[in-house]
Amino acid sequence: MMAPDDVKQLLNLAFPDADIELSDLTGTRDHYQARIVSAAFEGKSPVEQHQLVYAALGPAMAGPIHALALKTYTPDAWKRLSGGQ
Amino acid sequence: MDDSTKQKIQETLDANRVVLFMKGSKLFPQCGFSAQVAGILKQLDVPFKDVNVLQDPELRQGIKDFANWPTIPQLYVDGKFVGGCDIVADLYESGELQKLVSG
Repeated sequence: MMAPDDVKQLLNLAFPDADIELSDLTGTRDHYQARIVSAAFEGKSPVEQHQLVYAALGPAMAGPIHALALKTYTPDAWKRLSGGQ
Repeated sequence: MDDSTKQKIQETLDANRVVLFMKGSKLFPQCGFSAQVAGILKQLDVPFKDVNVLQDPELRQGIKDFANWPTIPQLYVDGKFVGGCDIVADLYESGELQKLVSG
């Protein structure tokens, strides 16, 4: 288990520029979904993008967080997808 | 990860074009994410080797080190790590997975 604020703090540390939306999928603080928009993903494959996020969470991924559904975007990709909302 | 685990992983990848390291088996998946990926592969009628990591704790950790990926399931095609549940689902939706496995 890990408190949402702690998860978000780790992500903000690793992606200072990012727009991050985090949700607790099951209310049990160990199944999260995160949508992250950051320039750090530019030029990276989906696997590499997700590996950056897993690296940011480090040991939290080896127990406290059981599952993390990820949606990662570069700022341009997010603009295209969300129509610049 | 010890050498025997690494070798076991490599041999499995060398011997099978499509490999899914999962929790449970293709007939009896024991995790929603594993079941989702196995379901996608069945939908595409892709023959694949299922490896139940729950039966081998060393393999369960070893595969995470092997791919530098902390979760299960993990899909491999032609010996290369393709992704976990999210990425495989995205590739399936975009039609890229079909190309990857039929290529």
